[in-house]
Amino acid sequence: MQLNSLHATAALLRGTTEAAPSPVVPKISEIIVGLVAFSILFILLRIKAVPAFEKAYKARTTAIEGGIEKAEAAQREAELALKQYTAQLSEARGEAQAIREEARVQGAAIIEDLRGKAQEEANRITASARASIEAERQQAVASLRHEVGALATELASKIVGEALDDQVRQSRIVDRFLTDLEKSEK
Amino acid sequence: MAQPGFVPPDSNDFIFKPIFGSSIFMTKPALMIFFSVILIVVFFTISARKAAVVPSRLQFAGESVYGFVRTTIGQDVIGPEFERFTPFLFAIFTFVLTNNLFGVIPFMQFPTMSRIGFPVSITIFVYLVYHYVAIKKKGLGRYLKEMCFMPGVPKPIYIILAPVEFLTYFAVRPLTLAMRLFGNMFAGHLLLLLFTLGGEYMLKSALFVKFFSVLSFGMAIGLSFFEMGIECLQAYIFTLLAALYIAGALADEH
Repeated sequence: MQLNSLHATAALLRGTTEAAPSPVVPKISEIIVGLVAFSILFILLRIKAVPAFEKAYKARTTAIEGGIEKAEAAQREAELALKQYTAQLSEARGEAQAIREEARVQGAAIIEDLRGKAQEEANRITASARASIEAERQQAVASLRHEVGALATELASKIVGEALDDQVRQSRIVDRFLTDLEKSEK
Repeated sequence: MAQPGFVPPDSNDFIFKPIFGSSIFMTKPALMIFFSVILIVVFFTISARKAAVVPSRLQFAGESVYGFVRTTIGQDVIGPEFERFTPFLFAIFTFVLTNNLFGVIPFMQFPTMSRIGFPVSITIFVYLVYHYVAIKKKGLGRYLKEMCFMPGVPKPIYIILAPVEFLTYFAVRPLTLAMRLFGNMFAGHLLLLLFTLGGEYMLKSALFVKFFSVLSFGMAIGLSFFEMGIECLQAYIFTLLAALYIAGALADEH
């Protein structure tokens, strides 16, 4: 009896006097509370939290992908630059080669030119020397002829004893003599 | 005068009077439910507010929970279409987890989900969602046909299989989903109550018995940690099953 009354007191304290309802039978009020609370939670999370989290997630993904892409782009650029430099270097090398070749050709041409000029000069000098020698020879021949004439005349006049003082005759004789001499020479 | 006997906890311990006035919506569990909504929304709103690429500690905490639901439960179970279900699963997981954990949080110490009305209300949503998704994708006829007559089964078997499958989809799934959560929380809380009330009762008894009350309280503390694990696990299982049902509704065949 006392035990029963104690149970009753306990039940009273808990706010119910009848036997405990089955805990498996849901109370409608609680289902309503649950539905409303969950709806509110879902809507608020959907608006406030999920888009922000997704945004951060996407941003992170793109940041990582962007980083990789950037690195790849940098590498591509570096490779391109290297290729460009290599090309430029070989181009410069080729250019230098061409310049050297041209210089050699030009040098050869200059030498050839100078050689030609020198040859020409030499020829000219030789020619003028020959001309002057010829002139001097002529002169020498002329003076020789004159002196030989005089000597011969003198010699002849001494031998002949006849003064060949007649100028005209004298030169005629000499001339004939020399012509004879030349003839006999030939 | 006889010693008053020990009154073991029973399902009456799960019944609460309204705290304010006489409204049945003002009981302790109902208020805890609303408190949990505020708690969850505030926490995740603050942690998600900046949405920085390099997260703060708070954002990291929030993102870890979100990422767990999104990837481990959503992406891995539902597959390519998971993204539109993420908020739903996220809400379920946080809601169940928080209300479960109320069971071991001092001064609350009541797992709200041990009142069956609450698991039922979430189950109603899950039930509606997975049927809606399936009917929208396949049409009612094809949905029922695929449900009852899975391919690759000898024809006579359908006599047994078809009703079983039908019942599975329309009765067993929602019942087990709600009951599993409710049962775990109910039993766990009852266990904690037993050891706590037992310890308290023995403390008022003779000296020799007092000694055992220490053991009882120790057991209650140990079980509290155990309960914490179960509470997390049940939240995970509930969400995982919801995701599985949705995945099944989206799958072309069984």
